[in-house]
Amino acid sequence: MSVDSIHENPSEQVDSLLADTAFLEDIRRQMIKFATMQLGDSNQAEDAVQEALIGALKNAASFGGRAALKTWIFAILKNKIADVLRLKQRVVNASSLLREEDEDDDLSALFDRKGYWQPDERPVAWGNPEASLRETHFWRVFETCLEGLPPKQARVFMMREFIELNANEICESMGLTTSNLHVLLHRSRLRLRECIENKWYLEGEQNAELS
Amino acid sequence: MLNCHDATRLMSEAQERDLSLGERMFLGFHVSMCKGCNNFKKQMGMLRSMTREFARGENKPVENSVVDKFTAGKRHDAE
Repeated sequence: MSVDSIHENPSEQVDSLLADTAFLEDIRRQMIKFATMQLGDSNQAEDAVQEALIGALKNAASFGGRAALKTWIFAILKNKIADVLRLKQRVVNASSLLREEDEDDDLSALFDRKGYWQPDERPVAWGNPEASLRETHFWRVFETCLEGLPPKQARVFMMREFIELNANEICESMGLTTSNLHVLLHRSRLRLRECIENKWYLEGEQNAELS
Repeated sequence: MLNCHDATRLMSEAQERDLSLGERMFLGFHVSMCKGCNNFKKQMGMLRSMTREFARGENKPVENSVVDKFTAGKRHDAE
């Protein structure tokens, strides 16, 4: 079915969006994961998602299809998350600020002074990635690595790759310039790649024994 | 001549924008000579597909209609 068709009138569009429970359930699952990762608390995440969905569905008529609705729901969710984080700030401040400042030091360890890979940091070939995706333990490693990213990097990486927003949308909602965004995504990918390689592809056998 | 740091930056940016002809030529040259960056290039695509798979996978399906839950505006604890 083509909900994204521009020829449907608004009320028909809303009806078909609301009737498409698979689409909404899919969005809700993504939102809860996203919110949980950003807030570090599944109850707060459920509440934020609930409020964002209610708010979004109330005004669903003004949206021209799935892609726009999804972007907008996540924009609302991001604001909810920002509110919750502001309240929590006193508690999380110290640790998350420290982590953001760590950023440069860690990455400079990947390359030598001329910008070439340090010998022991050079990416190795990943054996059979498709098989990894079928293993439960792989996803635990993946999640641990995502959670290990500095907060700002994690947020933009998730917006880009998990929610699949485009670069402009992320820049607007985070107040970033395009080059800020490129830097953050580059760092997040370097880190995530390294973490997955170290924790899965290089230590895979030990991990398999543990699980 | 690009170093590995710049090459990885371009490979990351290529996930968001089209690289210029010049950038693609420098990058292609570097990647053809550098095993580490060659691996990195393949892994950019893998990271993307892993994260999308992660977004879809794992969670069990929600039993009731999400619309019922949310348009009714009342809290339903799933478990």
